[in-house]
Amino acid sequence: MSEFLFLYRGGQRPESPAEGEKVMQKWMAWMQELGQRGHLKDRGQPLEDTGKVVRGKQKVVTDGPYAESKDLVGGFTVVEANDLAHAAELSKGCPILDNEGGIVEVRPVMQM
Amino acid sequence: MQFEEGLFRRDSGRMVAALTRIFGLENLALAEDVVQDAFCRAVEVWKLRGLPENPSAWLMRTAKNRAIDLLRRERTARNLLPKLANVFESEWTLVPTVHQFFDPQTIEDDQLRMMFSCCDPALSQEAQIALILNLLCGFTANEIANAFLSSRSAIEKRIARGKNTLAASKRLFDLSDSDFTGRLAAVHRALYLLFNEGYHGASPHGAVRSELCREAMRLASLLLEQPLTATPPSYALCALMWLHAARLPARVDDAGNLTSLLLQDRSRWDAVLASKGENFLERAARGDELSEYHIEAAIAAVHAKAAYAEETDWAAIVSMYDALMKLRPSPVIGLNRAIAIAQKDGAKRGLEEIRAISGKERLESYPFYFAALGEFELRAGSHDAAGRYFERALALARNSSERRFLEARIAAARDARAAAQIR
Repeated sequence: MSEFLFLYRGGQRPESPAEGEKVMQKWMAWMQELGQRGHLKDRGQPLEDTGKVVRGKQKVVTDGPYAESKDLVGGFTVVEANDLAHAAELSKGCPILDNEGGIVEVRPVMQM
Repeated sequence: MQFEEGLFRRDSGRMVAALTRIFGLENLALAEDVVQDAFCRAVEVWKLRGLPENPSAWLMRTAKNRAIDLLRRERTARNLLPKLANVFESEWTLVPTVHQFFDPQTIEDDQLRMMFSCCDPALSQEAQIALILNLLCGFTANEIANAFLSSRSAIEKRIARGKNTLAASKRLFDLSDSDFTGRLAAVHRALYLLFNEGYHGASPHGAVRSELCREAMRLASLLLEQPLTATPPSYALCALMWLHAARLPARVDDAGNLTSLLLQDRSRWDAVLASKGENFLERAARGDELSEYHIEAAIAAVHAKAAYAEETDWAAIVSMYDALMKLRPSPVIGLNRAIAIAQKDGAKRGLEEIRAISGKERLESYPFYFAALGEFELRAGSHDAAGRYFERALALARNSSERRFLEARIAAARDARAAAQIR
């Protein structure tokens, strides 16, 4: 088994409390399934949509991180899978894909 | 831990009330933003990390911290709360003061005061109820529109206008104000109508409707927590709600069909709710006030006492409807009175009484008016007339369970006619 990082991009604010509950329940069900099948290495963390970007030798600090909020990483999870194809398959269950423009970026963690 | 559906909606009223107390009614939108924000954060965090130990407390804490952040920006504090600016500008007093506003007892009071604010006499009853549902129960305009078979934009307008009225009053209603008594009566009325909408309402969604009943009961029980509002009519209103709610499990049978009170399987009535209702009714009797809620609760209690429909004390019920007609005459009460008289003295008497209801034209958009006429004609042996009345009722039916109920009555009238011809 190898480790993979799921980066979630393109999250959306729910329109109503009821819709928020639905979205959350889908995520919880997905996470639970990953966990039960032994794929969940680290549930990960959600990220604030604010931040700073520090650039170059001059160490220029700007508000950031990106111009387009849809590209923003909203959170991450570490999963265990047989290989990259398997990890990509697992990511298909992610509820963020229900959003227009929702993306899961699947990145293999480099082996030591 | 399993997520409890509707948790956000239920917590929203509490948070909006507390935050409005802090920011003032004219900043209701800010309070709502803070609550929305707390929900969004909850979704983001919980979806990855799982449910916290106490989700309500987590939400409350998040909203509280956000309020503190906002108030720390000196300007916000000064603009929002000129009177409290000193308190909020000092770090020493800011945090404890906000904590105090989020204390469970304070939040209960805030919800009460918000309820009184929503029942502003400048607002129509529909607007008062829409505001209560939106602000205290966390229903969206869309959900309210579904429950009342109204359009979303109409409800949105109603809520927006209502909020403007609230903003003009700036502060949450103070229970020590001079028009307290008038407002309390309006609060009773709004909660009564809210409960009724859930109980008899037009929405085809059973789940929506039981939520309305539950919310009406939650808000009504807040009235009993405060000495000022725990009046005999408040107890009577609660008695009426609890006694009716006890019958809810039997109102719809296993196949999802509406079942009339007389045919319900009474073993399915909720004994705990019923005894609590009777308890409230006893407490309502302390004092010399007799409200319409007392009488309606007493009628419900007579039904609750009868283990079988045949054991119902119809004479008592008729006399209570007589009293109700004196206190608050209306065609709907007249119709219920006529139905009780038919049970006591026979269908012919029931028909006479229905025909004598003043203002009965106003019942002609109500399916159960024609259903009652059909029922009595059927019992009196006029099968054709019964069939025609049931057809008219069917044309007015507002949802599928009413339709199925009335189709079954049409079939019953047809069968009775066929049986009579054979004889």
